[in-house]
Amino acid sequence: MALERNVIGRTVAAERGALAERTEYHRPRQVGPLIENVLAHLALLLILFAVLFPVLWIISMALDPRNIERPTSLTLIPPGASLAAFTRILTEPLPNNVGFWTMFRNSLIVSLGTSAAVLVVAVTAAYSFARFRFPGRKWGLFAFIAVQMLPGVATLTSLFVLLNSIKIPGTNESVRTTLLGLGIAYVSGALPFAIWNLKGYIDTIPTDLEQAAMVDGAGPNRAFIDVILPLILPALAVTLLLGFMAGWTEFVLAWTFITDPSRITLAMGLYSMQGEYASQVPWSDFAAMSILITLPVVVVFFLLQRWFVAGLSVGSVKG
Amino acid sequence: MATETAGSAPHPATGLPSDRSGAIEQTGGQGQSWFARYWLPYLYILPAALILGLVTFYPIAYQVWMSFTDYSRRNLRGRAPDFVGIDNYVKIFNNDIGIANYNFYRILGFNLTWTVTNVFFHVVLGVAIALLLNRQLVIGRRIFRAIFIFPWAMPPLVVAIVWRNMFNREFGAINLSLGALGLPNDIRWLESTDAPIPFLGFLPLAFYAVLLVNVWLGWPFMMVIASGALQSIPSDLYEAAKLDGANRWWQFWDITAPLLKPVMVPAIMYGSILTFNQFNVIFFITGGGPFGRTEILVTQAFELVNPQGFYGLAAAFSIIVFFILLIITLAQNKYLRGLEAA
Repeated sequence: MALERNVIGRTVAAERGALAERTEYHRPRQVGPLIENVLAHLALLLILFAVLFPVLWIISMALDPRNIERPTSLTLIPPGASLAAFTRILTEPLPNNVGFWTMFRNSLIVSLGTSAAVLVVAVTAAYSFARFRFPGRKWGLFAFIAVQMLPGVATLTSLFVLLNSIKIPGTNESVRTTLLGLGIAYVSGALPFAIWNLKGYIDTIPTDLEQAAMVDGAGPNRAFIDVILPLILPALAVTLLLGFMAGWTEFVLAWTFITDPSRITLAMGLYSMQGEYASQVPWSDFAAMSILITLPVVVVFFLLQRWFVAGLSVGSVKG
Repeated sequence: MATETAGSAPHPATGLPSDRSGAIEQTGGQGQSWFARYWLPYLYILPAALILGLVTFYPIAYQVWMSFTDYSRRNLRGRAPDFVGIDNYVKIFNNDIGIANYNFYRILGFNLTWTVTNVFFHVVLGVAIALLLNRQLVIGRRIFRAIFIFPWAMPPLVVAIVWRNMFNREFGAINLSLGALGLPNDIRWLESTDAPIPFLGFLPLAFYAVLLVNVWLGWPFMMVIASGALQSIPSDLYEAAKLDGANRWWQFWDITAPLLKPVMVPAIMYGSILTFNQFNVIFFITGGGPFGRTEILVTQAFELVNPQGFYGLAAAFSIIVFFILLIITLAQNKYLRGLEAA
């Protein structure tokens, strides 16, 4: 179900990693023989190279001034390197006559819009599941797990058909072909994940603070707004940004739903640059576009890491 | 109202569970009506429940209904589809859906092979590299760490499309590098039907290409998880083992591995489902080719919808995928939990 499939683990893992980062490290005490250390560093450098190889390739391609001409050799900084490809992507429309900024706007609206909407609805539900005991709670939680297990394309069919049957009042157009329709489909996958993720985070926060607040006369609503909300800010940010990142490059739903060229997203644009034959791929433009799509996400991801490290909830009670 | 009840109760906090995972009782006394006790938690859930019901659970129910009909393109304009019973399911299992290169059992078998090999490499590499990074002396540890999670940070869609171009026969970076090293450089990575390992004849070269990409993509997740766990292992355990004369190989199997297990088990289960459904890598790199031999269930499900437009069939297919996943998860859960307890 979740288009978020690929990120569910991210928060948990990263939170865990960050926590460990803050606590005392266990490391073997001895430095070990020289030869062993040299080999270990060589291995690390090799891995570094393997990780960076595609990244360097794409950068070098983007800088290559011979756009359609085929790349026939590997050079880190190609002769006559220029930012022309970036300028072309940013200022000239693609072959399908849609400009970068149109796609950028579409992707931004649909991914940020849905992740923000989902967050608002998810946070109270997550709190309820984490803190209250009520009839039906177990079934609710079970339903979330079951829904998460559905692969991304599982409800593609029914969402397509259902949204297709709803017409925008006054026009002959169906909601399915609009960004709103796409957004609804995104919410469908993103909401169970957001609730699950936030619930998991709230579960790790000891109830002591809320209890203290309640002894002081605060009701559950106050406890939620004044105590929990500030404490889960990192989790809120993380959930928002993971939702955003998933929507930013979502392909399956967008490719199936959107038909009007003015509504295509970045993921669709990148995919459509991919010609049947290699000689048709505008290599530099393709590389530049990949970088432009990736950059915001990578920046966000690395900024996010600091948020994980904040780990506000831990330590606020333990001290 | 509940706010007041809780506030005016003598000591609302006293009866509360003090364990970390505990609940806060929403309101006090036993004598209260059901409504007074539970209206608040339900109210908190209400918005999410309404939206989920509408955009998630209703479509799922609709999907189940669709799977018993012959819903196709011509029904999109409002014409009701015919009820066909379990016909769709029968067709899927009998390889009778009128699509070239379709064989349910081959796809399922490939999908399982794909999942097991990937997760194996993810875990082995992830743990090994976490151990490397955890050594006493690592120059530039922070830089390595930051760069190593790069594959994880990049959008899988972009990664897949970039790698697809890297595997390009004439202009891709892989063949160009091989050429620069004086190795054979005319390899048809994605198109060749040859099986590099003869006794694994069902795995074409393209399998190893997508495997490479997904391993590149997946190990950092396992590394982060393993790093976190490694750092929580107290070092006296190793000191003690050393005194007992255990060499490092045994230290790993007697101390590190058992303590990594509780953390790695959920990660493995999670990673398996993720890999089982790894749409991006397969779809964008091989597109299921050559001749459908790298097709996995989710890419096949997608192709039934777009471009084929067999909506009823696609609905049934997705439901089958769901049950397969459910079985795998339950089986894995049982097996891995057993391991964990052992």
